[in-house]
Amino acid sequence: MSPRRAFDARCLQRLQRAITRERNAPAAIVARILHSIPIMSPLTERPLFFVDGVPVAGSVLTSFAITAALATCAALVTRRMSVLKPSRAQTAVELLVSTIDAQTREVIGRDPARYTPLVGTLFLYLVAANSVEIVPLLHSPTARLETTMALALIVFCSVYFYGVRAHGLVGYLKHFVRPSPLLAPIHVLSEATRTFALMMRLLGNVMSHGLVLAIVVSLAGLFVPIPVMAFGLFVGLVQAYIFAMLATVYVGAAVEEVS
Amino acid sequence: MDVHTWSIVGAVVAVSLGAIGPAIAEGRAICSAMEAIARQPESAGTISRTLFIGLAMVEAIAIYCLVIALVLLFANPFAH
Repeated sequence: MSPRRAFDARCLQRLQRAITRERNAPAAIVARILHSIPIMSPLTERPLFFVDGVPVAGSVLTSFAITAALATCAALVTRRMSVLKPSRAQTAVELLVSTIDAQTREVIGRDPARYTPLVGTLFLYLVAANSVEIVPLLHSPTARLETTMALALIVFCSVYFYGVRAHGLVGYLKHFVRPSPLLAPIHVLSEATRTFALMMRLLGNVMSHGLVLAIVVSLAGLFVPIPVMAFGLFVGLVQAYIFAMLATVYVGAAVEEVS
Repeated sequence: MDVHTWSIVGAVVAVSLGAIGPAIAEGRAICSAMEAIARQPESAGTISRTLFIGLAMVEAIAIYCLVIALVLLFANPFAH
């Protein structure tokens, strides 16, 4: 049996078990099927297809599509830039970039040109990824463990990258034994837990919003979930801001001068 | 009661009790931030940025509880 067949068979078995269990709640079952997180755990996802045995899930495709759309937009907007006669799109993008620049400068306290690519990309990607939930049939890739884990690892690695670039390898690693070598285990622990918290905060917020939405859809009709979805958009924006801001704070702490 | 029932009870307790502490903490933090902004409206930007970061830190505790609940419900190491 191919891996996908096996997966489908397992899902079908669970679905049948659920149907016999909740015979009086067909609406809930329909809503679950429509939401494609059937009886399965929210921590796993049904693969759409397999490439050489590697499962490819819908959130991966959504993530790729968002990346492609953002890259295309950026390429189109920056194609014909002009100092004297900026187009509308150019003005809008300049406003966005200068806002991100100003925020980064306030937190890091130095020229933000090196850090804006990281922070701005994270922010824009997260805004798009958290808001894609309102498009029918699409789900936020950030509601999956793998995406948020990858993003948190990017932040973790870039902290070391910027820290080593600012202080040199030895100079940066010295911060582990500052102010006292006794505190080194605490430093290591804090590096691990803050990356884990970064991952879990985003995942928890976006995924729990999706779960709440599914529950509301299964309980109430068509129009009741709309305010919940609007609130979800707000939560997604705030989480994107917080993620980008925490990344800036971590990078800023790594590059700041040790007194 | 079997493992499944205990897991459900554990998940409910984890989320409900684990939400109380962060809720109180976030309320206090927002309250102080409001007072600070009312006293010094010109530093509202800095205060609200710090507030957001602090709230994110506090919220992490509640999210750990959510993770424990989800693990108990969907990835329980003791249930088959």
